[in-house]
Amino acid sequence: MIPLSWYLIVSACLFCIGLYGVMARRNAVAMLMAVELTLNAVNINLIAFWRYNNPGEPIGVAWAIFVLTVAAAEAAVGLALIISIYRQRDSVVAEELDILKY
Amino acid sequence: MDLNTALRELRLLDYLRLLWGDAPWVEPVLDLISIITVSTFCLLIVIFLIWLERKVIARMQDRIGPNRVGGKFGLLQTVADVLKLLTKEAITPVGADWVAYNLAPFLIVMTALLMWAVMPFAPTWIGVDLNIAVFYVLSISSVSVVCLLLAGWGSNNKYALLGAFRAVAQLVSYEVPMVLSLIVPIILARSMSLIGISEAQVLPFALLVPVSAVIFYISALAETGRTPFDLLEAESEIVAGFHVEYGGMKFGMFFLAEFISTLFMSSLFATIYLGGYRFVLGELFNPNYTTGNLAGILIFFIKTFLVYFVFIWIRATFPRIRIDQMLNFNWKFLVPWTLVLVLVVALLDRLVADSGWTVRTLAHLSSNIVIALIALGFARRRAAREKLFEEEFGVAEEIARPMILGSDGHDDHEHDHETHGQPAPAHD
Amino acid sequence: MQILFIIISAITLVSAVLVVSVRNLFHAALYMMLSFLGVAALYALLESGFMAATQLLVYIGAISILVIFAIMMTRRLMQTTESPFNSQWGMSGFVSASLFVLIGAIVLQVYPLDPAVAGGAPPAEELVTNTVNQLGVAFTSADQLVLPFELASVLLLVALVGSIIIARPDVEAEVEDES
Repeated sequence: MIPLSWYLIVSACLFCIGLYGVMARRNAVAMLMAVELTLNAVNINLIAFWRYNNPGEPIGVAWAIFVLTVAAAEAAVGLALIISIYRQRDSVVAEELDILKY
Repeated sequence: MDLNTALRELRLLDYLRLLWGDAPWVEPVLDLISIITVSTFCLLIVIFLIWLERKVIARMQDRIGPNRVGGKFGLLQTVADVLKLLTKEAITPVGADWVAYNLAPFLIVMTALLMWAVMPFAPTWIGVDLNIAVFYVLSISSVSVVCLLLAGWGSNNKYALLGAFRAVAQLVSYEVPMVLSLIVPIILARSMSLIGISEAQVLPFALLVPVSAVIFYISALAETGRTPFDLLEAESEIVAGFHVEYGGMKFGMFFLAEFISTLFMSSLFATIYLGGYRFVLGELFNPNYTTGNLAGILIFFIKTFLVYFVFIWIRATFPRIRIDQMLNFNWKFLVPWTLVLVLVVALLDRLVADSGWTVRTLAHLSSNIVIALIALGFARRRAAREKLFEEEFGVAEEIARPMILGSDGHDDHEHDHETHGQPAPAHD
Repeated sequence: MQILFIIISAITLVSAVLVVSVRNLFHAALYMMLSFLGVAALYALLESGFMAATQLLVYIGAISILVIFAIMMTRRLMQTTESPFNSQWGMSGFVSASLFVLIGAIVLQVYPLDPAVAGGAPPAEELVTNTVNQLGVAFTSADQLVLPFELASVLLLVALVGSIIIARPDVEAEVEDES
């Protein structure tokens, strides 16, 4: 059988890849995609812990579903912001959106 | 169990299981056999479905239809068409995104076939009796939206892209009333498994909650992109929609997927609202009646093809609707009234859960009729108002509003031209 | 089973790496879908069919499509030949890698990697048969999760209205400009 640590390692790896994407990509849409990856990593963790520690209670799945809800809301609002910014500034490169600095 | 009983009761898999014992390779081999049987059946029956559709529509339009290839009834016409498609060269246009362009047709057929895994053809004929079967079907069908987007983007053609945008707008919005209307039978059956829903129908749910059945049927029409919702492949406006750049068998696969999913939607309707493989009349008159496999599969297909016939009938008789009509109808009429329906059914079923089937049926039926009458009353008032507007200004309100307010942003220009340039069909 | 797990997680992780490194954003979105599909398969391996179906419905059916729409609406940027990464890519690579090492070390302290040592098998499969029913009860009973559930629905509604308002072009302002 698969030990719990394997799931945790995969989840940690996915989280770090997503983190790297958020920090290193220039395009805001790409950053948003990386954020979705990190949220997925969190969900793998939740479901794995639920399965290995407390499969009789639905709490782990319930929290995974809340994370999913937040991810959906975040994607909708984030992409709406990006499209709005694109209309205003003609750019979705995060580094060029520095108007608040001045 | 000998071979004769196995044949008579159509339980060949159980027979093979007995014959081969319980070696570890037996179950995967049996699974493989059933998967291959069901998918081959689905792929082959499309040949018959296309012939049926052409013939029935021809009869409805007072034509004869296919009558040359394969005898008097043109039975081999579709076989000839398929052979023609197969012998064509498989091309990928220059400038197309190779991965997306070639992935889309395969993926769309795959999603159409995957849905059959949970369909109970007969009491013991089912791939997997998932306890979330309805949910599974919805999630798989939402993946097929991605395929359209892949095809539209991968073709590198503006008509394909516009068609894909339209298709996604349509499929995503009609998913909402579909999910909501499916919640009603789930509430009534207290189960999401298709077997559970079939077994819960002492009377078919179409009699208990006809409004939910009608809404599901309308959204199934839209989800499969059939008339009057076939504006994702409206020839006169966007050439052929998202698959304009496809030829040969790659185009054939989109066609195939459309027919498979239409048949699946009919069988889903038959299972959820008409009792699936159960013979309701027999059960009403003889309490001890149980459906065997052979009778079950016959009844299942009779119901499925009755529903499918209505699909063809609608195709032959309804005009195509405009894109703004489609979206308005969905978001301003179907979704709110389906929400009302779900609330009413949930509350009412809680109240009458302990009563007998007669009380339950009558309660749900009367509440459904009331909801339908109120909803139609609202729709009628709205239609009258729109007609008044049209008589006064000589143009429909939806078309006039963008003109009054000015263009709504630079991104929507193509869309505006489409709605303006096109003759407005009769408003309902 | 273990081989299946390794294959699935390899697909998931490799496509995740491609998501953050591929230059063509549309291909990145496709790889993201593949990665989501891998995660759904992991849920199925964990005997949570409900979560796998939800993953398909929400992530592939909704979020990926939203992302692709956003890519198409901002597509003039896809033709750029400059690097997809910003100036701090080396630093962020170092930070992510060290974070991974840190988490990995902590995980391995508590849960050993070797299946024989770990007592790796999860609790019996029979315990997880009725998750959907339990979830339904938990989401609607007042002493369990009804408050977070309602809050989540309010959050979704707020996000829906908010994103419509943010993304909608300013129709009235344009009319004023023209007149």
